[in-house]
Amino acid sequence: MITETHYLVLSAALFAIGVVGVMVRRNIVVVFMSIELMLNAVNINLVAYSHHLQHTVGQVFAVFVIAVAAAEAAVGLAILLAFYRNRETVNIDDMNLMKW
Amino acid sequence: MGEVVGFYVLATLILVFAGLVITARNTTHSVLFLMMDFLSVAALYVLLGAEFVAVIQILVYAGGIVVLYLFVVMLVNLKRPPESYRDPRRQGKLGVVLAAAVLVEMVAVAGYSRVAPAPVAAAVSPVVGNTEEVGWLLYTQYLIPFELASMLLLVAMVGAILLSKREL
Repeated sequence: MITETHYLVLSAALFAIGVVGVMVRRNIVVVFMSIELMLNAVNINLVAYSHHLQHTVGQVFAVFVIAVAAAEAAVGLAILLAFYRNRETVNIDDMNLMKW
Repeated sequence: MGEVVGFYVLATLILVFAGLVITARNTTHSVLFLMMDFLSVAALYVLLGAEFVAVIQILVYAGGIVVLYLFVVMLVNLKRPPESYRDPRRQGKLGVVLAAAVLVEMVAVAGYSRVAPAPVAAAVSPVVGNTEEVGWLLYTQYLIPFELASMLLLVAMVGAILLSKREL
């Protein structure tokens, strides 16, 4: 029997993998992909609760999360390309212009 | 029984592909593993009875966002990958420890919290079918958030075009 907790643990594990990617990788494209993984973990939670509570609102919120993720990917990758044209690197250790 | 097998197969696929996304040396391979991960998540949505979200997941993520990432990976042609630099200030192990702490916290919350029992009488919807219900909610109760999301997408599109201009 698959309960709610199974889906929550799966989503937590996926989120943690995304956190590892953000913390450990130095290629900013991979960091962006890790953020997409984390947003997907949130969506699994929303849809699992929508299934459990027999109400469609969770799926509506999942659609909103997907829309925001698409906007985030477009703007983030545009910023990345602009940065790459100026500095010729995608290493996040070199992105320290606004660091104190 | 079918749900149990389906869940464990899909959960394994999702976690293995997610692990491959963050460990693959080649960024192009990483993007392709990400697409497989999105497709597995879409299959999980079908298992949960959310067909509309599953189709949106395939269209937007596996169709749109992955292609966007592939374009960027191809445009950003690196002779030296960022992983070959060594920054002495970088704390990779600490990052893994922090992520493990996040995982333990979230699993503890999921395990110890009591999930509200499913309502006996499901909410009445004037329409039948998954897609119809999502559409009904989007155009009645969540009309203003829906319009705001469209504004957000418009602003993101303008911003992306502006940022990609040659002379920034």
